[in-house]
Amino acid sequence: MILSAIISLSLFGTVLGLLLGLAARYFRVEGNPLIAEIEQLLPGSQCGQCGYPGCTGAAQALADGNAPATLCPPGGRALATVLAAKLGIEADLSGVEDSGPKVAEIKEEICIGCTRCFKACPTDAIMGAAQQIHVVFREACIACGKCEAVCPTESIKLQPVPPTLQSWYWNKPQGNVT
Amino acid sequence: MNILTHSPHAHARVSIHKVMITVMAALAPATLFSFWLYGWPAVNLWSVSLISAILAEALVLRLQERAVRPALMDGSGILTAWLLALSLPPYAPWWIAALGSVFAVVIGKQIFGGLGQNVFNPAMAARVMLLISFPLEITTWVPPAPPGSPQAQGILESLRITFFSQPLDGMASASLLGHVKTEFTRGIGVEQALAGHFAPLDALWGSRAGSLGETAALLLLVGGLFLIARRIITWQAPVAMLLGVAIPALIFNHIDGNHYAGPLLHLLSGGLMLGAFFIITDPVTSPNTPLGQFIFGLGCGLLTWIIRTWGAYPEGVAFAVLLMNAFTPLIDMYFKPRIYGRDRKGTALPVNKGA
Amino acid sequence: MTLLEKCFPKLRGGVHPEGRKELSAECPIRPMPLSRRLYLPLQQHIGAPATTLVNIGDQVLKGQLIAAAQGNVSAPVHAPTSGLITALGDHVSPHPSGLPVATITLESDGKDEWIATECCDDPFTLEPEVIAARVAAAGIVGLGGATFPAALKLNLSRNSGVQILIINGGECEPYLTCDDRIMRERATEIVAGIRLIALAVAATKVLIGIEDNKPEAIAAMQAATHDTQVSVVVMPSMYPMGSEKQIIQVLTGREIPAGGRPADIGVLVHNVATAFAVQQAIFLGRPLISRLVTISGGAIKTPCNVEALIGTPVQELIDLAGGYAEPVARMVLGGPMMGQQIIRTDVPVIKGTSGILALTAAEIGQSDSSPCIRCSTCVRACPIGLLPLEMAAHIRATDLAGAVTLGLRDCISCGSCSYVCPAHIPLVHFFNYAKGELAAQERSKLKQEATKKLAEARTERIERIERERAEAMAKRKAAREAKARAAQEEAEKAAEQTATETT
Repeated sequence: MILSAIISLSLFGTVLGLLLGLAARYFRVEGNPLIAEIEQLLPGSQCGQCGYPGCTGAAQALADGNAPATLCPPGGRALATVLAAKLGIEADLSGVEDSGPKVAEIKEEICIGCTRCFKACPTDAIMGAAQQIHVVFREACIACGKCEAVCPTESIKLQPVPPTLQSWYWNKPQGNVT
Repeated sequence: MNILTHSPHAHARVSIHKVMITVMAALAPATLFSFWLYGWPAVNLWSVSLISAILAEALVLRLQERAVRPALMDGSGILTAWLLALSLPPYAPWWIAALGSVFAVVIGKQIFGGLGQNVFNPAMAARVMLLISFPLEITTWVPPAPPGSPQAQGILESLRITFFSQPLDGMASASLLGHVKTEFTRGIGVEQALAGHFAPLDALWGSRAGSLGETAALLLLVGGLFLIARRIITWQAPVAMLLGVAIPALIFNHIDGNHYAGPLLHLLSGGLMLGAFFIITDPVTSPNTPLGQFIFGLGCGLLTWIIRTWGAYPEGVAFAVLLMNAFTPLIDMYFKPRIYGRDRKGTALPVNKGA
Repeated sequence: MTLLEKCFPKLRGGVHPEGRKELSAECPIRPMPLSRRLYLPLQQHIGAPATTLVNIGDQVLKGQLIAAAQGNVSAPVHAPTSGLITALGDHVSPHPSGLPVATITLESDGKDEWIATECCDDPFTLEPEVIAARVAAAGIVGLGGATFPAALKLNLSRNSGVQILIINGGECEPYLTCDDRIMRERATEIVAGIRLIALAVAATKVLIGIEDNKPEAIAAMQAATHDTQVSVVVMPSMYPMGSEKQIIQVLTGREIPAGGRPADIGVLVHNVATAFAVQQAIFLGRPLISRLVTISGGAIKTPCNVEALIGTPVQELIDLAGGYAEPVARMVLGGPMMGQQIIRTDVPVIKGTSGILALTAAEIGQSDSSPCIRCSTCVRACPIGLLPLEMAAHIRATDLAGAVTLGLRDCISCGSCSYVCPAHIPLVHFFNYAKGELAAQERSKLKQEATKKLAEARTERIERIERERAEAMAKRKAAREAKARAAQEEAEKAAEQTATETT
């Protein structure tokens, strides 16, 4: 009686252990797929404004739950809501983009054409050549601020984008009732 | 002129305050009639209800550090207390009314977040609480005692009844539904039990034992019709509730008249009229769409009839309303209006250039 | 659509705002004295702004093209009078934001001299394409307020085989009477315009829908359509009867599929004033340079209907109406239900300006909002069948996706819900905020996708350059080594040779 119990339990244990071993080998997950998915959502400009080493680092931090969904300034509110939905967390949007969208602007009279800014630009939004005044493509600028940091004459600055008739819309109604 | 405001730049002349005032106006005839019917104790009870509701609401708002005046001025707390008072026995002691009102306003409404946030009808929640906690006080009915009748109470006596719980010697009587239920448990059939107790005309005018407001079925009906005419409430929920009670009553009365009371008795008794026109039409706790309101009303009616017929309590309106309140979010979820250009499921209508 | 709705087509929901049309309905169309300076924004329509064709200092004639349509959805702008172009640049826009908008400033020379116009002897023999092309050239846009380029609608409708043409004479907005007056006074021209539009789209059935609160307009239109295929249909007065979706539903029983166009169900809708503009363009060759404007509201001294040149400053129209009789609480362009508040009165009348209202505080009837009591009055008022209270609650809780699920994108912003709300909750404001926020998110998402591609291209380029440089370096190194080896071998060989030579 005891023998049969010992045998059957040992057999049971061996088979299950084998199954687990096989599962570990064949169903192994390479890294966390969530990280790759999150990285797909991020701007991919590796601007580093979030404080993590590039977008992969940020995705890792998001997946680990170490960073808020609102970490990415270039992504703005839109990205924050998408990330929050992806991670199933609540995003506190109140702090995001309070100052509104910005773009880099060059003060032409003090630009010395040193080319540092366009070398630093992660999205090729600045065009120029040595000894020539540089130009910013507003559509491509993600306001990461890298150019601002390297400019030796402080001629490139992030400026808020002025609203136009096309981009203007009503504010959220104030007051705490609906 | 410089504050930017979104359209529309015109507004219908309505406000929540006006809505509440209109409902109170619709309740006034039935209330005054019950004052006449039951004399000063009824007035005392009604006043205690309203005053304690106002005080409780002011206190709670103060504790929440919210503006007291606007929330009190909307009149919703007063209306709740009024409806509760109408559902109480007229000679009930003052603390029943006070406790009920405080419960209705504080637990029933403010704890949920104030006006518009509560899940259950505050007045009915309070009534059920009282019914479960103080079954004796809340089911001690007296026959009507209009001025001039031998049982009529003077002001002084009324104060004694309301505030010092003077025993109601020999005055206690059962409400009609209670009477039928008690007789039935003694093995006496409905028809026999009703003999000499139920005259539809009396029921219509309310000259028999019952709570403050449930006795004047006709005046409540008139008030309800007035509200429908003023478009404060819609017809769906009240009509459905009356049908929900009347149809099963009719069917079962036909099958076994001695066991089941007829529709007329059901319609004109208890809090049905009050419930149908003033309780289940409470916007906060009822569904949004006409169809949803009909289903809600039908459910309230059916449950009322079931509780009255097979339940332990003779009256079931309050329980039925609370049960259906719990279903309101579900009804709202499943019964949405069809959106223009879409079918009921929400997919866009097909492109159809011809025909 | 249920069978019941098919048999008895009618407006769902809707509200009955106080009409207030009696203020200006009996006032015949007044001509507007010529303004000294006209402001002509390049964007007076839905679509891309027009591009300027003139320079500062240019002399232009009345009706001359000064800005051309740009792209597929656009409309040109013409000089409303003769004079001098004095400025090209920003001017405050007739929009609640009051943001500057690119504007041509025209200083009138007082001669009001027409450019040579191309008249047409028998317009009804024109090809549909020609009619549409002339409508496009005349800069005609939907004058009911939507300002969608009219020619585009004509082409779209012809291509998709529209059978029913609906002419909208509903004018359901309170106060506005300009469509009422144009139907009373210019019925013949309107009917000619309607027949041209019908010809342009090959419509087989033409219906003119007019609300029953305009009996004179109904009589005038019935007289003018007497021996034509065009029929006048009297509709009950209810807001928003004049909305495109609603007028189609009431007159034909059909519904535009969600996200679709009237052409999807074989219908084209144009406003009566647009029909008049079409007649002017085809018969007389006159572009759209003026429109009827109702000046009304409790604060206006003598409310009236004025035919104003496009570009006339709003203040001059108010002055024509005798100025203010009472303190103005709010200035509105358009009707009170869907019109836009303006802060300044130096903004110009543009193609879509149907009314200028100076409203008193009593007329607006605004008060602070209180909590929603879920009374569902808004649900009953919504002509689309939405749940405004639920949508607003979701938007307030920043759940825009939830509001979209509830049908936010089907909302026509008619304002019926806000109008009836007993708690005075600004429901439409919530919806338009949400629509704007969603559009902004969409724009930022598109930009993000584009910049992401740029960033990837850059990373790839940098990697390629690095790789190429590394390869080049490796090659150079290999070459150098080979050379060195060769040299060494040579040296060794030479050494060997010398060694052998020496030995």
